[in-house]
Amino acid sequence: MTLADLARGDTAKLDKIDTRDPGVIRLMILGMVEDITVRMENIAIGGDPLEVGFFGSSVSLRKEQARHFKVTRITAGD
Amino acid sequence: MIESTEVKIPVSGIGIRRKARASIALIGNPNAGKSTLFNRLTGLRQTTGNFPGVTVEKHIGTVQLAHNAFNLIDLPGIYSLDGISVDERIAVDVTLGRVPGTDRPSGLLVVIDATHIYQGLYLLEQLLELQLPTIVALTMIDVATANGISIDIDELQNALGGVPVYPMSSISGHGLDALKERLEHITSIPSPPIPASWPDLSETSQQISQQLGPDWQRIDVIQALLQTHPGFEGKLGNLLGQEAVASLRMKLFGDEPPAAVEARKRYQWIRTVITQVQEHAPLYSKIGARLAQWTNRPWPATVLFFAVLLLVFQAVFTWATPMMDAIDGLSSGLGRWIITQMGDNAFSSFLADGVIAGVGSVLIFLPQILILFLFIIILEDTGYLARTSFLMDRVMRSVGLSGQSVIPMLSSFACAVPSIMATRVIPDRRDRIATILAAPFMTCSARLPVYALLIAAFVPDQSIGWMNLQGLVLFGLYLLGIMGGLGTALLLKSSALKGPKPHFMLALPEFRLPNIQTVAIKLFDRGRIFLKRAGTVIFVVAILVWTLAYFPRHEVTTPSAMTTISDTSSQPDMANKRAAAQMEQSWLGRIGRTIEPVFKPLGWDWRVSSAVIAGFPAREVVVAVMGTIYAVGSEADELSLSEKLRSARWPDGRLIFTLPMVLGLLVFYAWCLQCAATLATIRRETNSWRWPIFAWTYMTGIGYFGALVIYQVGSLL
Repeated sequence: MTLADLARGDTAKLDKIDTRDPGVIRLMILGMVEDITVRMENIAIGGDPLEVGFFGSSVSLRKEQARHFKVTRITAGD
Repeated sequence: MIESTEVKIPVSGIGIRRKARASIALIGNPNAGKSTLFNRLTGLRQTTGNFPGVTVEKHIGTVQLAHNAFNLIDLPGIYSLDGISVDERIAVDVTLGRVPGTDRPSGLLVVIDATHIYQGLYLLEQLLELQLPTIVALTMIDVATANGISIDIDELQNALGGVPVYPMSSISGHGLDALKERLEHITSIPSPPIPASWPDLSETSQQISQQLGPDWQRIDVIQALLQTHPGFEGKLGNLLGQEAVASLRMKLFGDEPPAAVEARKRYQWIRTVITQVQEHAPLYSKIGARLAQWTNRPWPATVLFFAVLLLVFQAVFTWATPMMDAIDGLSSGLGRWIITQMGDNAFSSFLADGVIAGVGSVLIFLPQILILFLFIIILEDTGYLARTSFLMDRVMRSVGLSGQSVIPMLSSFACAVPSIMATRVIPDRRDRIATILAAPFMTCSARLPVYALLIAAFVPDQSIGWMNLQGLVLFGLYLLGIMGGLGTALLLKSSALKGPKPHFMLALPEFRLPNIQTVAIKLFDRGRIFLKRAGTVIFVVAILVWTLAYFPRHEVTTPSAMTTISDTSSQPDMANKRAAAQMEQSWLGRIGRTIEPVFKPLGWDWRVSSAVIAGFPAREVVVAVMGTIYAVGSEADELSLSEKLRSARWPDGRLIFTLPMVLGLLVFYAWCLQCAATLATIRRETNSWRWPIFAWTYMTGIGYFGALVIYQVGSLL
């Protein structure tokens, strides 16, 4: 399961990150690294882009990059 | 924004002004409360300019302390020192003293938002590698408390190896005095120890730098190893041998990108620190986030977005009216008073018709421009502008761009110059250039005077439901600009600037109440720039146009009929004909008639044509030129400019400003690129003449063509 598969309100743990995409590295610099817990805050009209929250911050990204983050769902949202 | 100006207004009462001996760099994440702290510390003792060679804004202020004074260098808000964007590169280069004309700072004041220490600590850990005396200002501590976050300051200082941390609220000023006291002695703070987040990298680099001698600092080696500074990588390889460097890299990063490894290592440490120092780390902050969540739900957000835009346009038109009427009354009254006091002669006409009518006709738009900027500044400071880029990413994707182009385009509604500079956050050059060329289509504040004049003169002031028709027309013109910009982006992205699909990643700030002082300072700054232009460029053009319109004098024009201004109504035809004859044979009239054929297909007479030509350096000049032309050409000085436009006629008696002609003129203004400052900025940002020349030709071309089609088709109907 990847970050792109989460529904709005889901929380999940980031397991493994594919670092070959330069866009992914930018997200890691913003703090999206392995073992943190994230929450899918929002999904825009049409399903893309996504807004992910962690440690009091929100970051928006496209599904294309989100697919490089393998996750384990912790709780399901609404 | 381009010029370097200085404001010195004493805010701290009368005191001895000490000369700044050293500089301190102010650095932190975007939206961490950096500019609020900057304004708190420096008051209005600020200078604005650019760092040499790049368009990153250089903001320097003086901090007056009890015994010392420092220059405070405000650096762009960044998340890391990786040097991916121009902002990041400049921030690193300034702190390391690599920028000519800017002294190497003797200390760092690092701003960390207490509600975002996760990302704040990441930048801090990188900054500690600079080995400069460092103080941390932990801002928004009141917001953190309100959100249920408490931070153990002593514990945090321990984790940072003794780097002093000062909790404070920039809004209330709480904690500022303690910070200032420490700033006084910043140079005596020992340089920070090896940062604990990735000691392997720091220690290895430290050893190498000692080996290599004084030319190499730890940060230089780190940048060479991380490949974040292009020049250093090769140099280090030459000194140590390529193989040694390669094996060092392998040891530190394995076969992964160095930046990814760095993020992993440092954030891992930061997470352990946060669990130690932070009372409870909520997954997301409460009040702001909940509001943001609701307003950011796709449909409410879209409705809200258009509601906000409509509110702005309504406000620009309705709130400003009383003040504009006052300015109008004042300037036309002053003009009349001068003519009655001094009699009608060249000098009184120069003052009344040239200076007052010309500058006054632009000055009148100051209230509207201030209201517009007030909204833009508030939307920016509340974090709303950043939110809209999430909302609009989809739309931008359809023209081949990403949500990252939204902030430049929205701020272009105020002025294209800072918005073109704001495109530097866009990593891909093709996307950046497409955004740069689309941004000048957005209706900037300088178009407002032209729109406002023509709308007030030709659109009836009536209500349709709760909407005002004039406001609706203005809204339509804004839409026209947006369509022009998006169409251009689409055209370029599917032809000359075709490239890979852009990424979109952005840290979204939560809603925040704007700080009144910061908003006031920014607004004051915009007002000052506008007035400065009115006082310089527009003043000179108004005088020039008056001279061209007033000379050479027409023989028949005798002052006898003109001195009795109050009686003009008895013989308006005679007086108007005489004035028109004077205008026709003036230099301006002769020049205007020479170029008239070019614009005649658009329904413009020579007066409109020459006003448009005069407006190419700066479009708001058009209004000033019309103000002067119609003042010199008209007897009835009590009429406002819009009334004069309504009654302007061709020699054969037809009205000049017909509906198709006005609509065409508005379309021309929506699309045409009449701004020397924008062209210069495009030249600087793209580093070539190709793009500004293209932008000018293209925009002027479609503006002309649009006006032509509308006038010709409209006249047939």
